[in-house]
Amino acid sequence: MADVPKRVVSMNLCTDQLAMLLADEGQLVSVSRIAADVRSSAMAEQALLYPANSGLAEEVFLMQPDLVLAGSFTARASVNMLERLGIRVVKFKPAYGLDEVRTRILEMGDALGHPERAEAMVSDFDARLADYLRITAERPRAALYYANGYTSGDKTLAGQILAAAGFDNIAAEAGFSGGGVIPLEVLAMMQPDTVITSRPYPAASRSEEVMGHPVIEALRGSRPEASLTDSDWVCGTPFVLEAIADMTALREEVLRP
Amino acid sequence: MTRLFASLVALVVVLFLASLVVGPAQIGVAQGLHALVMGGDGPATLVMREIRLPRAVLALMIGGALGLAGAAMQGYLRNPLADPGLIGVSGSAALGAVLAIQTGLAAAFALALAGPRGSSLTLILAGIAISALAGAHTALVLNLSPNPFAANEIVFWMMGSLADRSMVHVWIALPLIVLGAVMLATLARGLDALTLGEDAADAMGVGLRRMRLTLIFGTAAVVGASTAVAGAIGFVGLVVPHLLRPFVGAQPGRLLWASALGGAAMLLTADMAVRMILPDRDLKLGVVTALIGAPLFLHLIFRTRSGGV
Repeated sequence: MADVPKRVVSMNLCTDQLAMLLADEGQLVSVSRIAADVRSSAMAEQALLYPANSGLAEEVFLMQPDLVLAGSFTARASVNMLERLGIRVVKFKPAYGLDEVRTRILEMGDALGHPERAEAMVSDFDARLADYLRITAERPRAALYYANGYTSGDKTLAGQILAAAGFDNIAAEAGFSGGGVIPLEVLAMMQPDTVITSRPYPAASRSEEVMGHPVIEALRGSRPEASLTDSDWVCGTPFVLEAIADMTALREEVLRP
Repeated sequence: MTRLFASLVALVVVLFLASLVVGPAQIGVAQGLHALVMGGDGPATLVMREIRLPRAVLALMIGGALGLAGAAMQGYLRNPLADPGLIGVSGSAALGAVLAIQTGLAAAFALALAGPRGSSLTLILAGIAISALAGAHTALVLNLSPNPFAANEIVFWMMGSLADRSMVHVWIALPLIVLGAVMLATLARGLDALTLGEDAADAMGVGLRRMRLTLIFGTAAVVGASTAVAGAIGFVGLVVPHLLRPFVGAQPGRLLWASALGGAAMLLTADMAVRMILPDRDLKLGVVTALIGAPLFLHLIFRTRSGGV
């Protein structure tokens, strides 16, 4: 049985949220700054209760952690520096599907020394997910379309959220299993029943303009507000069930004659 | 001359139609043109009218605008190396667009620096300074933006692209481009007179100060509107007047409309090249025009050095 770490610092949005869900009172000492941003984090309010860090090695070192949680894509220089300073760093890969959500929860439970808590969370997750996976009837066709024309296929978390909610992802038809750029023309010719885009950030950018293109608006039909992704989609946490719930509601909208 | 006009117009029409039928969606030529004109149900209409048509129209308008502005600048400065980007308009326009200012008044700063009685050389120097400053500020604004995508967009603003534009962008750019084009067109007679030298032109009754102002504001309007919508696209204004100068007998007045048509043809071709060569890699328009323009520019330099021009 591993030691239970007493001072844990988390440097990554997804590890922040899993740690906040599974840690003891006082075990988690700091979360990253972005965890308090409502656009990206499903636990923005809880994150305000913790001191924020910007993921800089010096800053984290001064907090004297005995465990640091980082993502596999967290700035390599910072992670290497912390390891050289003798701190234990556990790196978590992003969750690329619903199965990996379970894996990450269990990995976090192990890292924090609370495996039973993690297992309980996974059972709960599985039970709630089973309700959604029962949908086998009509599956409308949907497209995920993000800034710069990026789409996600079936081997991504977003793609699996869509599939669990009862949609068929046209990215699969177009040959994308992971993510990739789909030309707007190709998307239009495939005539999806709805298009799901992300919520634009403040201060416009050209990359996000394409999500408001007249073609996309025509394809989304009359209820554009229902088809936006948000913080529940970003990380492999139990909050993906909220995303699936939203998409199930959208599916009912789309199927209504 | 009429033969040149007719052949340029024909070239532009052919390229415009070709631009309408090039794209990643598999739509047949006849089917596509039918959907464009007749409409009807089906996704082809949406694609043709909302994606391909605005793109082709923008390439036509912006190419024409850049060609016209380039010819006007070269005629006024009597320097074959002049380019609308030279007086800092493209860079400032990108900055202005980035700051969400949709006017073409950026060039007014260059005039302010050079002063109303400054010489052409001072204007060029001021323009280079403004360009550099505008580039730095554009990078700064994008870097400090709360939007995580903005910092990566410096590439678009510096290199230009017509991808994913819509009719909204056409309506944004059209009024200022038309206004600026009309202003620049009025310079024809004055530019011809200017070939005899500033004093001779003055004696002929050509208002030099008014010409200068018309040139500045016309270029600013035309290039500013183009850059706001498509990013900075270089070399069109530089290269096209050079290619067509022999055909108009080196008369700057006639070169104006010839360059407008030539610029439209060049940009339509470049935009098609972007979609046909490496379509997956999102090649930027400015890269293609630079690949065509830079070697030509070098050739010019060598020719100037060996005594030509």
